[in-house]
Amino acid sequence: MNRYLVQRLGFALLTGVSLVVVIPVVLVVAVILLKGFEAMSWVFISSMPHDGMKAGGIFPAIVGTLLLTFGTALVSIPIGVGGTIYLAEYARDTWLTRCIRLAIVNLAGIPSIVYGLFGLGLFVLFLKMGTSIVAGSLTLAIMTLPVIISTAEEALRVVPMEFRTVSASLGGTRWQGIRNIILPQAFPGIITGILLGLLRAAGETAPILFTVAAFYLPRLPQSPFDQTMSLPYHLFVVSTQVPGMPEEMQYGTALVLLALVLSMNVAATVVRSYFRRRRQW
Amino acid sequence: MNSREDLRTRWLSWTELAIEALIRVLGFSTVGFVLLIFLFLLKEGVPVFFEVPLGNLFGTRWYPTFGYFGTTPLILGSAVVTVVAVVIALPLGVATAVFVREVAPSWAREILKPTIETLAGIPSVVLGFFGMTIIAPMVHQYLGAPTGLTVFTGALILAYMALPTIISVAEDALDAVPKSYRDAALAMGATQWQTIWRVVVPAARSGIAVAVMLGMGRAIGETMTVMMVTGNAARIPLSLDSLFKPVRTMTATIAAEMGEVAQGSVHYHALFGLGIILFFLTFLINLLAARSIFKKQRRGGLR
Repeated sequence: MNRYLVQRLGFALLTGVSLVVVIPVVLVVAVILLKGFEAMSWVFISSMPHDGMKAGGIFPAIVGTLLLTFGTALVSIPIGVGGTIYLAEYARDTWLTRCIRLAIVNLAGIPSIVYGLFGLGLFVLFLKMGTSIVAGSLTLAIMTLPVIISTAEEALRVVPMEFRTVSASLGGTRWQGIRNIILPQAFPGIITGILLGLLRAAGETAPILFTVAAFYLPRLPQSPFDQTMSLPYHLFVVSTQVPGMPEEMQYGTALVLLALVLSMNVAATVVRSYFRRRRQW
Repeated sequence: MNSREDLRTRWLSWTELAIEALIRVLGFSTVGFVLLIFLFLLKEGVPVFFEVPLGNLFGTRWYPTFGYFGTTPLILGSAVVTVVAVVIALPLGVATAVFVREVAPSWAREILKPTIETLAGIPSVVLGFFGMTIIAPMVHQYLGAPTGLTVFTGALILAYMALPTIISVAEDALDAVPKSYRDAALAMGATQWQTIWRVVVPAARSGIAVAVMLGMGRAIGETMTVMMVTGNAARIPLSLDSLFKPVRTMTATIAAEMGEVAQGSVHYHALFGLGIILFFLTFLINLLAARSIFKKQRRGGLR
């Protein structure tokens, strides 16, 4: 067979395979959009569930997910950004630094359910926080660290070396250089990392199963030590635990969760590409 | 230098020191977290090895309420689902990576990249829900499975969940192949297709191996999807037809049962024991993957 014909067939095959990868993704999003849209109403988004969650809305689950994401951000942003600064600006290539890198790779690979076990063991039981927003946020925060650190470190590393030497030559200390020059330059990249980490936290179910998630709560959480409902766990509950659940309520919940997570995803992408285009170096 | 300026410098150097110390602590915190996770898994999980005889622990029956803690079906369940997922994801992932890097016109790339990022962003519970409501009935109807909740259904969805990892790591691997390799092959009269499959992909094979390992790590640890679409029957999945029968993984077992056990009971310790196994498995996979990453960096002369 003519080798140019082989090449043409091969390229066609690759195109086909890429379509096999892409089309299901589009289908998933489209099906959830279309079917979930039927359930969308102001009542669905803003009212409490009733009749065994088969009627009413998902307001407490939305609030719960926002609270958990906020709590996660409160813990993971300072630790993540601080850790990134250490790795990118201070750490020399020693075996200790390699330990940190290995720890980050390892944290990124630990299954989400194992984070759940850990949160249960340390925060809920050992530190006696109970199943609470605090315990869940701390668990999720540790899970998001590797995402934040690896993305943000990339952003610090691409800031040219001259920026640091110029800052030092003007008499700035190392920290002054980082705070006034490096961090502002790397800011969009850091934001991208934070968004990617938090969207993972917002969508995860396994780590919150035993650390915060409530099957059903008739009221909103009153303190950080309360349990809360949350969107991913609520979707799991209404699709597997409640018999006779109306389908549009399930798809509605899936749509709200998907919309929240994907809008964070789009925001991360936009920040990154805007930054790349505007960068002057 | 007057005393006021002196004071200011001293103040500056103190804050500098304090901030550096803080940043150093934050930098090392990740190591602390890994150790903490390990410690608490051991603390809650190790007792099971003293409470249950080893023959029982590695037996073939998992009926915790009757005192049977055989983890074999669960370990095999995780293994089977993971292997099938990787078998599906590997060709799809590598072909897509090759397409994106080497063949696709830029407009196709503009569509592919964001779609794959979207896939990476879809929460696992949403994919599980989709699998339950759309894919499982199709598997039941068209593939003749007695129920739609099977190894195959789970592995299919897991494969798609592993794809973003596999594609992006494989892309990096292809990207790292020096341009001179391609130029040399083309100069000798090879077609672009021959260059890709005989030169570029073989040169990137260690990176592709890393991609597969990371994808595998992702699949083995996935919980919600697997719990929702594999049917959760703790049986040994070694017969040929088990691809279309339900199975139960370690992750799904922990997620499904931890909510109902008494703290400190044998069952509770056994579930943490499964956690220890998962921790070691993913640690091993990531260590192997990271080692080959380090190796690539050391061989710097080539690129």
